[in-house]
Amino acid sequence: MGLLGLKSFRHGVHPPENKDETASMPIRQFPFAPMLVVPLLQHLGKPAIAVVREGQEVVRGQTIAKPDGFMSVAMHAPASGRIDKIGLTPSITGQMVPAIFLEPLRGSTQETEDGEPCSLETATPAEIIDAVQQAGVVGLGGAAFPTHAKLKIPEGKSIDTLILNGAECEPYLTTDHRVMLEQREDIYLGMRYLLKVTGAERCIIGVESNKMDAVEHLRQGMPADIPATVEALTVKYPQGAEKMLITALLGREVPSGGLPLDTGALCTNVATAAEIGRLLPRGRGIQERVITITGPAVEKKGNYRIPIGTPLRFLLDYVGVSPEVNRVFLGGPMMGMAAPTLDLSITKGTSGVTAFTDAAAERTHSHVYPCIRCGYCLDACPISLNPSDLGVLAKNQEYQRMAEERHLMDCFECGSCSFVCPSHIPLVQMFRVAKAAIRKARVNA
Amino acid sequence: MSRLAKTLEIRTSPHILSGYSVDTIMFNVVVALLPAALFAVYAFGLAALLTLTVAVGSCVAVEHWISKRNTGRSTAGDWSIVITGLLFGLTLPPGLPLWMTALGGAICVLLGKAVFGGLGQNPFNPALVGRATLQAAFPVSMTSWVDGFTGGRFTQLPSSTLTFPFAHPVYDAVSGATPLAAWKFEKVAVETERLVFGMTNGSAGETSALLIALGGAYLIARNMMNWRIPAAVLGGAFLLSGALHTVNPGEYASPWLMLFSGGLMLGATFMASDMVLADDQPRLLDLWRVYRCGCHRHSYLGRHARGWMYAILLGNAVSPQIDRILQPRLWHAPQGERRMKTESWPMLRAMVGVGLVCGARS
Repeated sequence: MGLLGLKSFRHGVHPPENKDETASMPIRQFPFAPMLVVPLLQHLGKPAIAVVREGQEVVRGQTIAKPDGFMSVAMHAPASGRIDKIGLTPSITGQMVPAIFLEPLRGSTQETEDGEPCSLETATPAEIIDAVQQAGVVGLGGAAFPTHAKLKIPEGKSIDTLILNGAECEPYLTTDHRVMLEQREDIYLGMRYLLKVTGAERCIIGVESNKMDAVEHLRQGMPADIPATVEALTVKYPQGAEKMLITALLGREVPSGGLPLDTGALCTNVATAAEIGRLLPRGRGIQERVITITGPAVEKKGNYRIPIGTPLRFLLDYVGVSPEVNRVFLGGPMMGMAAPTLDLSITKGTSGVTAFTDAAAERTHSHVYPCIRCGYCLDACPISLNPSDLGVLAKNQEYQRMAEERHLMDCFECGSCSFVCPSHIPLVQMFRVAKAAIRKARVNA
Repeated sequence: MSRLAKTLEIRTSPHILSGYSVDTIMFNVVVALLPAALFAVYAFGLAALLTLTVAVGSCVAVEHWISKRNTGRSTAGDWSIVITGLLFGLTLPPGLPLWMTALGGAICVLLGKAVFGGLGQNPFNPALVGRATLQAAFPVSMTSWVDGFTGGRFTQLPSSTLTFPFAHPVYDAVSGATPLAAWKFEKVAVETERLVFGMTNGSAGETSALLIALGGAYLIARNMMNWRIPAAVLGGAFLLSGALHTVNPGEYASPWLMLFSGGLMLGATFMASDMVLADDQPRLLDLWRVYRCGCHRHSYLGRHARGWMYAILLGNAVSPQIDRILQPRLWHAPQGERRMKTESWPMLRAMVGVGLVCGARS
């Protein structure tokens, strides 16, 4: 329990929120780009398999790729049009991935084709899990973990609490905020599906207290038969991280190396729940998602429902960016990834696009001082690691000691340590390198 | 399209920083020290002004030279050396010959900081290294106090201030004792109000406990100092001296005298809490504090009237070990594995032993 009865976790940081500009802007439909590029790998796992051929005409909502095995999800046509080609496109990591290039039909009414409905009343949990996979649902908060894989509870484990993550602690982003305000009924229906699948006794929606309008809105409309509460959380980063949210709401800690499941809680994003509630009754798939386009360099800031596969270049041209733009992030500035090229597409995991100019680039260029042992990073680390010591070990490349003595592998790379460091030491960046090296060593061993 | 032709910069997250930086923190510490420094100039006039100027000037100049020589890049601009210079100057008697002040400043930088690798690497408070060295080298000059609030303090200098280097300084008169020395050697207690407001003799910046505490409060309010450190040091000193005073009021001074006298307030506020030297995660009751309390027995039992200086230096010496042992609580560790693995328990026992012996011997 934190201040004023708000729930929270220990430590964490307070980056400037910068949400005011877009928080009150209703979700608007984003136009179709002249060419949509739908990567076949938008989720964690194996790429989907294309089931269309070049030159084929498709209808909006039609399945264009089927899942390859369990750790994979289906893809759906974001627009009615013609398949131009199936080729390679760059991903956010810089690697080339297979993608379907779709040319939307000019003048089409873009009616969405409905599929086989999955009825809440009659479907069994296994059927719902299958329907979620066929709908192509992944975690919309950013991690893009296939949702059906999360819903499949292993033998011997049980879930008592379903947590819907509406914290949205990332600065600038207001996607989940708008979804909570505008898609309340979808969220309730999604909750019913999720409660049925997981067998959880109750549901908690966790929302940071800078969105009290959403908290009230969700509380007021809550159907009496859903065993759910809406909890206000303190405004603190990384409140929306799965581990932190579970600790804040339930006081349970995810074991080192364990899964959230081990605490008896299952956590999904509110936007994911809303999509499940919106798509399943009509047998549709994810063909668009809500994103926030914002940042100091953006002219027409706002929340948009955008077709999956919209190229970043088209997106920025449409909203208009200042000529000095030099950094574009997919996601927010705390955990978002910098776009290496504008030929990327918006994928299911993209919760926002933020663009910065040099003038607004703050102090990331400045000089790196030696560690002055101020201890700010220890007060920031949400899982109580010792970033100061880890930084020294990382500098000396003592990766094994970092893992064995200082529990580096628990780090989920929220970046709070780098954010607060007055010496501007790139702590989390060094930890990423170290973690990659340790994983590589373990694979080779 | 042309607007987007610019090259994109790729960095890994986080892409924003808190805005705190080493030089802003250091600058704020300088600001927090200014009230005490200005009061020193008001109380001791030209002598204090010159002492502080020479101390800061000497530290900055030597830091500039040595850092340029060692790394090719001067670090004199990051304000941390100004703190060292100010703290050093504030702990000196205002009438100290200026050449000694300049020499001490150089020792602060060279022996206190540069030999260990500069900012962030020094195991001891550089200002105290300089002061302790001077105390050993020039015991008479370092304990000769000029009177404050004299009529001509803004126009005249004490005769000792401008002593030619290596010549024997001449003092105008037998000068007033500091409150702690007065108690220790003559059993005269100075009224607490005079201590609080600084109407006493002493080192340039140590006379006004109130202004020092004000600077500390400013830093705490700006989240640039951990309040637990001064609280624990002052609390520890207060409790220990209070206990001793209760047992034998004739021998031991009242805790209020202890709290507001000498450099304890300055040391507790600005030196014990020095980020480089304090432990990373100060807890109000951790062993480090217990250890420091033990060291403070110097102040009451030892031959020196200025034990806090050695207490802080000793505290500095053990703080890395404390840090090694007191790692943060492990995230969801099984019972019994609450602390991180440590190989330091024998070291800790040795440290506590040394601390107790030190305390008992003095």
